[in-house]
Amino acid sequence: MSVVGVAGAGVMGIGVTQNLAQTGHRVVLVDTEQQVLDAALQKIEAQLRMSRMLGGPAVDTAAAMALISTGVDPKALAEVDFVIENIPERWDLKRALYLEMDRICDPATVFVVNTSAIPITEFAAVTGRPEQLVGVHFMNPVPMKTAVELIAGEHTSAETVRRTRELLNAMGKKAIDVKDVCGFISNRVLMLTVNEAAFLVHQGVATAEAVDEVFRSCFGHPMGPLETADLIGVDTILHSIDVLYQHYRDSKYRPCPLLRTMANAGRHGRKSGRGFYEYGPTA
Amino acid sequence: MSHNDPSAVVAAFLQQRFPHVEIAHDEDIFALGLVNSLFALELVMFVEKTFGFTVPSDEMRIDSFRSIDAISALVDRQSATV
Ligand SMILES: NC(=O)c1ccc[n+]([C@@H]2O[C@H](COP(=O)([O-])OP(=O)(O)OC[C@H]3O[C@@H](n4cnc5c(N)ncnc54)[C@H](O)[C@@H]3O)[C@@H](O)[C@H]2O)c1
Repeated sequence: MSVVGVAGAGVMGIGVTQNLAQTGHRVVLVDTEQQVLDAALQKIEAQLRMSRMLGGPAVDTAAAMALISTGVDPKALAEVDFVIENIPERWDLKRALYLEMDRICDPATVFVVNTSAIPITEFAAVTGRPEQLVGVHFMNPVPMKTAVELIAGEHTSAETVRRTRELLNAMGKKAIDVKDVCGFISNRVLMLTVNEAAFLVHQGVATAEAVDEVFRSCFGHPMGPLETADLIGVDTILHSIDVLYQHYRDSKYRPCPLLRTMANAGRHGRKSGRGFYEYGPTA
Repeated sequence: MSHNDPSAVVAAFLQQRFPHVEIAHDEDIFALGLVNSLFALELVMFVEKTFGFTVPSDEMRIDSFRSIDAISALVDRQSATV
């Protein structure tokens, strides 16, 4: 079974690591701070214990935890078969990490970009292994979601796509092929919806509760757009809309000022305890 | 931390999370539609942090968290074992 490196132990890195470990993969989880890694392990352990109750598989928590090692130095990723990268949706940060990983990692290692919106071919351009780089837009919470968007960049080889699909299948995911455009399919639509919902609150037209209630009760969505924003992370929403705006230069993607205020104020949603709503402890 | 009345503590937590809903102590919060998997996670974390124990795997089921009374009984069972 493949050994998988996971870069970034935030919302997505935690979910990806849990999903990999509960399906029997060895994982090397890397972040910049030990404190973040310790909190991530605590959260993964809690989520594994609760897996069955939350409608997932029954998991041997101790066995799954034993498959995970952590490190603050990207050199820990030197010998893995895949790296799934989940650091923040900011080109400057991601670009620097790909330059570094390209030097550190075995030439055979496949780089899997988990991004909300940045086109995959832009990453290929900063590495010496454009055929071995592919995009996977995971859905959140990762262990509970059964499908992902799979994005081959301009140079991605058929073999890389095949191996990645195999890994995704082993994780219990169906991979839906999507073209390499900014925002792919999901976030071309979802980010506009979330942004417009934020404008409704910003302009005093409706409360967050009212907006979400309409989506839940009228459309039958399990969650409204602003609860979804709190789940994703308000900072991540803002970064993603910024990326769409930069790429398309279309004013329909101008970010709602409320999102920027909330991101600056640390009201990032579930992960910070407060966003459009308030939350209890999560780990 | 000592909690003589766990049900009051749990009720206060639910009240703060769902300010617009009145929840009776024996009411099924899952049936009320308040609880999705994300909130279930929060609820378990709240109980573990507040009452200072780890929910054992045989108690990690919906029935143990179904109502304020059920959670309170869970807390009592756990305090009885330490
Ligand atoms: N949150 C979602 O719902 C969601 C869904 C799909 C895709 N994504 C995408 O996944 C990526 C990660 O998002 P997230 O929500 O997990 O973000 P996050 O902010 O929760 O976590 C990012 C983590 O990366 C770490 N980090 C930063 N620089 C690093 C580096 N150089 N090396 C290692 N770790 C580093 C941070 O310390 C943090 O722990 C983003 O590109 C985002 O757009 C997010």
